[in-house]
Amino acid sequence: MAATYPENYRYTKEHEWVVVEGDTATIGITDYAQKELGDVVYVDLPQPGDSVVAGKTMGSVESVKAVSDVYSPVTGEVIEVNQKLADAPEKVNEDPHGEAWMVKVRLSNPAEVESLLTAAEYQSYIEGSES
Amino acid sequence: MRYLPKSDDERREMLAELGLESLDDLYAHLPEEVLLREPLKLGPGKSEYEITDYFRRLSGRNVAGRPCFLGAGAYCHYRPVLVDVLVGRGEFLTAYTPYQAEISQGTLMTIFEFQTMLCQLTGMEVANASVYDGSTAVPEAVQMARRITRRDRVVVANTVHPEYRQVLETYARHQGLETAVTGYVRDTGMADLEEIERETDERTAAVLIQSPNFFGVVEDVRQAAEIAHAKGALLIVVFTEPVAYGVLEPPRQADIVAGELQSFAIAPSYGGPYAGVIATRQKYIRQLPGRLVGRTKDIEGRGAYCLTLTTREQHIRREKATSNICTNQALVALMATIFMTVYGKRGLRELAEQNLAKAHYLAGKVPQKFFGPFFNEFVAHSAVRKPAEVNARLMERGIVGGLPLGRFYPELEDCLLLCATEMARREDMDAVAEAILGR
Amino acid sequence: MIKKARQHVSQNESLIFERSSPGKRAYQLPPLDVPAVDPKDALGAGNVREEIGGFPEVSEVEVVRHFTRLSTYNYAIDHGMYPLGSCTMKYNPRVNEAVAALEGLRWIHPYQPDESVQGALEVIAALENALCEITGMDAVTLQPAAGAHGELTGMLLVRAALEAEGRPRRVVLVPDSAHGTNPASVAMAGYQVRNIASNEKGMVDLAALEAAVDEDTAALMVTNPNTLGVFEENIVAVARILHAKGALLYMDGANMNALAGISRPGEFGVDVMHLNLHKTFSTPHGGGGPGSGPVAVKKRLEPFLPLPRLVNEEAGWRWDYGRPQSIGRVRAFYGNFGVLVRALAYILAHGGEGLRRATLDAILNAVYVRKKLEPYYELPHKAPTMHECVFSDARQAGRGVRTMDIAKRLIDYGFHPYTVSFPLIVKGAIMIEPTETESKQELDLFIDAMISIAREAEENPELVKGAPHMTRIRRVDEVTAARKPVVRWTREEEK
Repeated sequence: MAATYPENYRYTKEHEWVVVEGDTATIGITDYAQKELGDVVYVDLPQPGDSVVAGKTMGSVESVKAVSDVYSPVTGEVIEVNQKLADAPEKVNEDPHGEAWMVKVRLSNPAEVESLLTAAEYQSYIEGSES
Repeated sequence: MRYLPKSDDERREMLAELGLESLDDLYAHLPEEVLLREPLKLGPGKSEYEITDYFRRLSGRNVAGRPCFLGAGAYCHYRPVLVDVLVGRGEFLTAYTPYQAEISQGTLMTIFEFQTMLCQLTGMEVANASVYDGSTAVPEAVQMARRITRRDRVVVANTVHPEYRQVLETYARHQGLETAVTGYVRDTGMADLEEIERETDERTAAVLIQSPNFFGVVEDVRQAAEIAHAKGALLIVVFTEPVAYGVLEPPRQADIVAGELQSFAIAPSYGGPYAGVIATRQKYIRQLPGRLVGRTKDIEGRGAYCLTLTTREQHIRREKATSNICTNQALVALMATIFMTVYGKRGLRELAEQNLAKAHYLAGKVPQKFFGPFFNEFVAHSAVRKPAEVNARLMERGIVGGLPLGRFYPELEDCLLLCATEMARREDMDAVAEAILGR
Repeated sequence: MIKKARQHVSQNESLIFERSSPGKRAYQLPPLDVPAVDPKDALGAGNVREEIGGFPEVSEVEVVRHFTRLSTYNYAIDHGMYPLGSCTMKYNPRVNEAVAALEGLRWIHPYQPDESVQGALEVIAALENALCEITGMDAVTLQPAAGAHGELTGMLLVRAALEAEGRPRRVVLVPDSAHGTNPASVAMAGYQVRNIASNEKGMVDLAALEAAVDEDTAALMVTNPNTLGVFEENIVAVARILHAKGALLYMDGANMNALAGISRPGEFGVDVMHLNLHKTFSTPHGGGGPGSGPVAVKKRLEPFLPLPRLVNEEAGWRWDYGRPQSIGRVRAFYGNFGVLVRALAYILAHGGEGLRRATLDAILNAVYVRKKLEPYYELPHKAPTMHECVFSDARQAGRGVRTMDIAKRLIDYGFHPYTVSFPLIVKGAIMIEPTETESKQELDLFIDAMISIAREAEENPELVKGAPHMTRIRRVDEVTAARKPVVRWTREEEK
């Protein structure tokens, strides 16, 4: 069954999603990414106060046999980290677009978001890579 | 060649199946220029008898199995007979790394026991499945502290084994690690904590001490921990003589413990193979290098063991791995596990107390350089005869003496590091004392 | 049909901690011949520990049974073929164990004076010489404790040599077929890794290499034969391209079992390489160590070898610490001496001609397995096979049967699995290295088993996907193990 990718989110080719409210961006990885990884066993995230840069590594997600970097889609300062993932990494598999958000970032350049993929663009991008 | 299990007829049969005429056809596709130009000059293959005879002769040219007062990172402890009997079983000796859990539960369970016993012994919460040795455990522990603290400086007491420090230097040189080496207190032989405190700052990832230290002296781990923690640095405690922890309070205040287990039924074997280990707190488990065995269940709910947290390892993370360590020292770690099992809770205590008694008997007969508390090693001041001369005299009596310290500490040129384990006999210790006192 | 194995009874055994009860003992110390010392007096009360909580207390017979029972849960080379690609699991001759256990070789302390260990130093010198002869290199250090440790040592040597020539460089090229340890070691030596793609034959692509090598390239780290079991046919040209730009050629000697006695890396342009004594030279794997990873170099790199170096003088062998250009120490003492003894015994047993015969049989076995299995399994790269061959699960994947399933089903047939999912350039890799010490009978049983599993994958894929069925435990839950790691026993857990 094809997953639904929320229309109000933006996406990266590295399979992160971002949703903006005011000057705060919430970031996670996509349903496609969690399926590719398989059962997630650990999520390594930055700490509040760390700065993240668009396109640069900000953490990683591990399954039993693979580890995948998580790239920040935006630039800014980490203001909150989803502590729940430390004890319940399986949330990334269960609800990647919701409960398993990873970090909230205060945007230093909100315009950056505009250059990211829309839900429709992302969907056609992953359909292309699945063939 | 007796290890090749085929007859010439069988080889011909296999070649025929492949449409080949001779064995040399198997590599006919190799470019001419890479082929061996003349046969290897290694002589003809030798029989089993010739091989044992050859090594027996070489073995005879070594001074071995004599009373020995050397320690300094390799200790002469009695090895219970069961150790060789059990590690010699082909199922342990000739098995591969236990990646296939269904047919490796034996190795996996022994490693799980090893990890558990090392936690019990060191006061830490998790221990890895072993690393190459104590010396290489040190840079691995330091790298781990760097990842945890995201700092790049380490303060190292010069009472840590000199060769361990040299290994750290080799690793540090190309990894952007800054090291500050601190001295020892002249009369106690303990690390100079005041100097460590001065050197420890907000850029310091870890303070590194050894206890008992290279001079055999027990360090003040509590205070070292306070100094490190006050600046947000970790405390790494190194050990080379784990028998000490039969009686000595383990370094519970440390964040990382890295050590050498040779004392636990691993023969001195001219320096290797030994087994190192790194233990730490639960919260740092994902930064711990080396293999780890975890308990789990199989699909039918039976208890089972498997290698776990393997994503830290290089076959998955490649250049981002926590370390490039691939092998652990499973068979050597198994010797240590069997040793700990044979002695157990009471035995290790009794063994440690015997070591303590022997070393203090010997120390009581010779001038000591330091007065800090010690376990089974101490520094003797050899004022009458030079250390090398003491050793030469002892060798004449069939005794291997101590380690002349001038080699590592020029200011201790007239000192000998002496170790007395449970295997030291009173009359031999008396002979050592006489040699030092010039009698 | 499963011919090689059937089930038998094995004893249940708990962890040793669960056998423990206070007062049981397996040791007895001799009476103390000196006065006892009160630990509180000697160490200070604050330095004396309480009892070691949880440490076992068991009797001698229980120790023997415990470890014997656990041992029976392992598969081992002593049981049968171990076709792990790239691991070279060959028979471990027992005379090697016997000589390593001689008291004069095992009971010597690393700080004994050189003159009291001349026999041991002779062993080291003899092995250094033999490895130079086998590899065609000029000097060898026996210090690295394992292959990956050798890789790091080798990369540090590359760096030291280039620095001494005043040309600090930044990048090491690593083919995409390489072992994961290669890029990890490169990174530890302070170099950046740049991956280069293999060509359709699975070999280093000369054009891609030529384009990648520049003044910033320190070295190429190549495995030859590579992890597909294919000899790099252009290796001489590869070396030429590197050397023309002042870069070095590093060879991972993991697959030296395909070359010993027929080709020498030192003669095809390699500047520095490591060997795995626990692979090619048959020292026992021991369930994952100890290993030994000597590094062999050309003259140009010799001044940089780790401290100390063995030298021969009139008075005999002596350790030399006066090497100002050395990269320093890579470990305490002199290497895994006990492993070195075994490797030398292995080389002596073979001699030059024996090593060549062993290599030829190793290739024969791999080529034979390839030929026999080609009708049943996809062979993605068709270049000639040396000591190992790599199939893929492409034909079975359609039925949902993956390489891991086939591997697990092999266990029911009485074999250890082959190497799964490596090299990374082959999707669903089935990597098989029989080694020379398998008889035709054992190989034929293995081939039968693989063919039978291919048939099962067609007719009854669920049987294969649920394997193994005949083991003490079935497939384990690695996900829970990694999510909630339990890596030690505790008394609470017992309840």
